[in-house]
Amino acid sequence: MSDHALSPSAPARPRIPAVPGVAVALVGLSVLFAVASPGFLTAGNLSNILVQSVILLLLALPMTLIIMTEGLDLSMGAVLTLASLVLALIVVATQSLMLGLAGALGVGLAFGLANGWLVASLGIPPFVATLGTLGAAQGLALIVSDGQSVVGIPRFVRLVYSGEVAGIPNPILIGAGFYALFHVLLYHTRFGTYVCALGGNREALTLAGVKWKRLLISVYMLGGAMAGVAALLMTARMNAGHPTAAIGMEFDAIAAVALGGTSFEKGNGWIFGTLMGVLTVGVLRNGLNLMAVPSSVQVACIGVLVIFALFLDGMRSKKS
Amino acid sequence: MSLAGDVSAGTPRIHLSKDMQQLLYRLLAAGLLCVALSVATDAFFTANNILNVLRQASLLFFLASGLTLVILTGGLDLSVGANIGLSACLAATVIKATGSPALGTLTGLASGCAIGICNGLMVAKLRIPSFIATYGMLWVLHGVTYYYMAGETIHGFPPGFRHIGSGYFLGIPIPVYLMIGFLIAGTVFAQRTVWGQQIYAIGANPMAARLSGIPVDRRLILVYAFSGAMAGVASIVFLARLNSAEGDIGEAMTLPAIAAVLIGGASLFGGVGSVFGTFVGALILTLVLNGMNLLAVNASWQPLVTGVIVIFAVWLDMVGRKRS
Repeated sequence: MSDHALSPSAPARPRIPAVPGVAVALVGLSVLFAVASPGFLTAGNLSNILVQSVILLLLALPMTLIIMTEGLDLSMGAVLTLASLVLALIVVATQSLMLGLAGALGVGLAFGLANGWLVASLGIPPFVATLGTLGAAQGLALIVSDGQSVVGIPRFVRLVYSGEVAGIPNPILIGAGFYALFHVLLYHTRFGTYVCALGGNREALTLAGVKWKRLLISVYMLGGAMAGVAALLMTARMNAGHPTAAIGMEFDAIAAVALGGTSFEKGNGWIFGTLMGVLTVGVLRNGLNLMAVPSSVQVACIGVLVIFALFLDGMRSKKS
Repeated sequence: MSLAGDVSAGTPRIHLSKDMQQLLYRLLAAGLLCVALSVATDAFFTANNILNVLRQASLLFFLASGLTLVILTGGLDLSVGANIGLSACLAATVIKATGSPALGTLTGLASGCAIGICNGLMVAKLRIPSFIATYGMLWVLHGVTYYYMAGETIHGFPPGFRHIGSGYFLGIPIPVYLMIGFLIAGTVFAQRTVWGQQIYAIGANPMAARLSGIPVDRRLILVYAFSGAMAGVASIVFLARLNSAEGDIGEAMTLPAIAAVLIGGASLFGGVGSVFGTFVGALILTLVLNGMNLLAVNASWQPLVTGVIVIFAVWLDMVGRKRS
């Protein structure tokens, strides 16, 4: 019963159910769409799903860590939007991708720092703190853009999304790189072990002399930085900065994490589950698109899926 | 002996409970805001503008008063804004189809209440944390509403119905009367009934409430149903005022409603707060937004200011808790 509390390496490896629900959902949905629409199971469409899922993956990876600390970041979509606008404005003005990316990362890190500070130092519940910063980011996005789209993005920015290396589209390479990074970060570094402990056993961290507040702030900053990276891909994909571009995207990210079996309590997180959760959301949206189901219904479907996943999670934790 | 006790207890200075003190500070803040705005702009202290502020505050108050009960139990309802959207669109459809404002009003209230009951069931029976359950509900409602409306607008309602939102009685807008009615009813319910006190008890200590025999699950479902029903009320008044229904009608109201409750002194940790406090909170927030309007501040600043106010209000609560 208490054995995992004593062994230091145990919390880093969460208990994974024999057949995870998310795998069943992913395979089930894929089979369903393959039968329902002939266009689904083609190489072109499958690669399309992967490419389109990358931006969501970039948000869902840090969201996994944030949720593992019993936190939440509702501001991610709005911060992504703001970062994308800042990037677009800088790139259009200076023609420098590096400066633009630096601006986007700066916006992300600043909001991450604010979120982390509010949650860790002031002790404000994360869902309210990040709801407040969501309002702030949304307002700033409207203010810097004056409610207009930023157009005239140079070609070299577009190439970030549409280009390819050795036949593999750039977004897939970027997604794979960050997935590997987060896998190593969570499972093979001390930082990852501490992140697990932040959700499961904060007391132990304090007793071990870890400055957990700083650690928690850095987790939120990681989320902000990834929103900045995602802003680059988003701007390149849309070929514009738009003041309402990614509003609500944090919901898809939270949905992917919840589907992937990361628990909102006790710090159990699973990076591979998040990847499958992202793909599940991607397959669902793509399949429903092919069947000409409107985007609004897709959102409702994801909402129902999330509530169902949380219900299952609650059942599981009640049993154990 | 009892006489002697009375005399010694009768200290000469006025003693106020801590909650009353907090409330007085807030009323003082609202008063100062009024004075500052009267000095800063000529347009503020006019009968028209004051009535306008009260009418705007009433919409916010409908939403925030239901939310207050949810927050008193230590929960949160993020779906209230999306609830307004769907309820308003359904009510509009019924009014258009049947020509009967009464049926439409009933539809709006019933839909709001039904959504609230779903939230309550998820929180009480499925044990999903309230902020995430209602956040999921937000997007489900959002999707259903947008699908249902398909970008269309329903507008043009009978004058009798529009009276609810834009009419006057004795020179005062109808919604203000409704606000006062709900303020009294809500205060009596929360402070003077067993159910109200049980709601406070659940927020203060859920375990103790359960052990002392309070039917916690049923009370939780009740507060979410109440919050949903108040979103239904808000949707009707909103609809009558705007004279048109769109899918995104209540979207921007969730954050201000939460802000009003928190400015009003309610604690996110449950058990602390009052309907009257929320009334003062709604007034303060409306004064701030109205003042920004009069000072010609771009409307884009409103979400930013509301967000900062939410965080500031929670922080004040945290500081207060640490000190006590």
